[in-house]
Amino acid sequence: MSKYVTVLASGIHSFIKYLYDDGFNYLLDITAIDYSEYIEEQKEKFAVVYIIRHSDFKQIKIIKAYLDVLEIESISDIFKGANWLEREVYDQYGIKFINHPNLRRVLNHKEFEGHPLRKSYPITKGQLLHEVDDLVDEMNNKLYSKDVVCSLEDGSFSECNKDLMFLNIGPAHPASHGTIRTYVALDGETIEAAVTEIGYLHRGFEKSCENHTYNQIVPYTDRLNYCSAISNNIAFVKTVEEMLDIEITPRAEAIRVMLLELSRIEDHLVCLAAILVDMGALTNYWYIYNPREDIYELLSKLTGARLTNSFMRVGGMANDLYDGFETELEFVLSKVKDGINEALSLIEHNRIFHDRTQNIGIINAKDAINASFTGPNLRASGVAFDMRKDNPYYGYENYDFDVVVGSVGDIYDRIMVRFEEIRQSTSIIKQVMNKLPEGDVNIKDASVVLPEKESVYNTIEGAMNQFKLIIDGVKVPANEYYSSLEATNGELGFFIVSDGSGTPYKVKVKAPSFTAMAAYPDMIEGSQLADCILTLGSLNIIAGEMDR
Amino acid sequence: MGLENPSLPSDTAIVTKLDEAIGWARESSLWPMIFGTACCAIEFMSVASSKYDISRFGAEVVRFAPKQADLMIVAGTITYKQAPILKQIYDQMCEPKWVISMGACACSGGFYDNYSTMQGIDEIIPVDMYVGGCPPRPEALLDALLSIQRDLRQEKYNPSRHKDFKGSLDNV
Repeated sequence: MSKYVTVLASGIHSFIKYLYDDGFNYLLDITAIDYSEYIEEQKEKFAVVYIIRHSDFKQIKIIKAYLDVLEIESISDIFKGANWLEREVYDQYGIKFINHPNLRRVLNHKEFEGHPLRKSYPITKGQLLHEVDDLVDEMNNKLYSKDVVCSLEDGSFSECNKDLMFLNIGPAHPASHGTIRTYVALDGETIEAAVTEIGYLHRGFEKSCENHTYNQIVPYTDRLNYCSAISNNIAFVKTVEEMLDIEITPRAEAIRVMLLELSRIEDHLVCLAAILVDMGALTNYWYIYNPREDIYELLSKLTGARLTNSFMRVGGMANDLYDGFETELEFVLSKVKDGINEALSLIEHNRIFHDRTQNIGIINAKDAINASFTGPNLRASGVAFDMRKDNPYYGYENYDFDVVVGSVGDIYDRIMVRFEEIRQSTSIIKQVMNKLPEGDVNIKDASVVLPEKESVYNTIEGAMNQFKLIIDGVKVPANEYYSSLEATNGELGFFIVSDGSGTPYKVKVKAPSFTAMAAYPDMIEGSQLADCILTLGSLNIIAGEMDR
Repeated sequence: MGLENPSLPSDTAIVTKLDEAIGWARESSLWPMIFGTACCAIEFMSVASSKYDISRFGAEVVRFAPKQADLMIVAGTITYKQAPILKQIYDQMCEPKWVISMGACACSGGFYDNYSTMQGIDEIIPVDMYVGGCPPRPEALLDALLSIQRDLRQEKYNPSRHKDFKGSLDNV
């Protein structure tokens, strides 16, 4: 699947423009690799990697450019979604993007010195921030580009035709999901300009991966999108399994599909509950949140944890389903159905709900693709891209379900797509449980899966096997590989560079929320202040996944 | 404490210590302010909703304005980027105030021992109660709340809060 095209750094812009015209118009990710400690000597110390998908949503191209000087031309004029992705590469690796409109740090704070994802940066070297960035210069530039302020001779700015008020929304604001800060310029109630600052939950996931074994990373992936932890587990181990070229058992595949859909339901429930609270519809919160509590009960019985399940392992999963799981699952699904029916009965024909959501926070299909939207947010804009249909894995082609699309791309569509996806997921789970294959959930391969406890305690081979797998980890052949699946928020991908050892050399997450957030400031400009809260809620930004 | 006992004659005077009376009054009227950043904030949603229902313990008036609250619940990872904001909000709360550090990340940085994560919020603000777990179960948070209430009943206001407090962002 992932085959490289290597391009000269000087020709990157024209090459990507050529690909864009050729139909590769959906940018997935941009990242860089620091080869300074890699096992094989490479041409240069740094390389930039672009991952682009074709408009048929099936083929992908991975483009690599080695850098002799730490500079490369920006492609943010071709892809709007590239803006923040390039800022992240600049922040983490110190690679400059020529002609980038706003090249500044995005995840780390403004007093940070150095570039943490370089191999030379010590992982535990923290740096205190003393004063928060006021974002005034970024805002001034934005207002200036919109002709709202005028430049004075001394280089400062003045308001030329409007009486603006400036307001910080977040990061410590209940409706900003904890960690998102938006700085807005208001003319009355209307947002004239907005700039967003993220990185308040940047927990160094990608750097932490570089000193843990593959199975030790699974708990970290839980905390990317913590509302649907299991789907992150699966996305990660699926990538590693493909790199190892192993096929998991049919039963494991079916259970993974079932858990993927269950976590999709779980995540959509939180998103819907939260956005309805933001709207003032508190009653719905209780109707929608209580079924989620039932899902927690079920998952904690299965995995031992309510929220952060860490259930997947390379080659299978921690354990099989317990006796009586199916009956309890049916009970939970009936609760979910009741919950969403009750909530829908309150809002479906509710005038206030319609007025607050319809034709607000619109992004059309073309802009959504250009901004690298994915998942329910993209489908709400009318693009029927779903990894489960377009690149089926784990036998998704055998299940009967619809890809739910919206028509306008407003808040209403994004909410209703999620409601309907819960129904579709329920149907998939029922189909899986009806023909759940028998057999093991783990493959039989001593170099990947831990041995049975009985042999660990009673035989020397078992004890050695356990010891080697725990201490050294699963050895993944040297490769650079991208793989993804349809997680709750859309295409969740992992780009892994391995050097043949039990620890990845580099891990990059293609996080759906990151690019959605990048488009957010433009979406709210021109709308009312109260609408920006709903727009944020409807995009279902999960900070853990966005900031990593 | 029997103050509402109707069998007492109306002219009875009850002798107690002022601290004890104030502690009794504070005990069941804690106003939490949730500083939620990550996974733990999702668990706090469970604590507040019907099943676990924090209002059974007299602390359901969740305020997001620090000036209206006296119990800060820090739920989630605090990064170096977030730290000055946490301190600013803590400083805006009026005395007396209490802090619960919910979850491994807030207590010690958890398994995020790296360049971006603060290794425990007691580096910047004093903490009264640490709740372990990643994330803690709702019962654990309720237990921390009950412990603070028990301390109040026994008139111990912040008995050991400054023990680990480092004050890294003070006087800058």
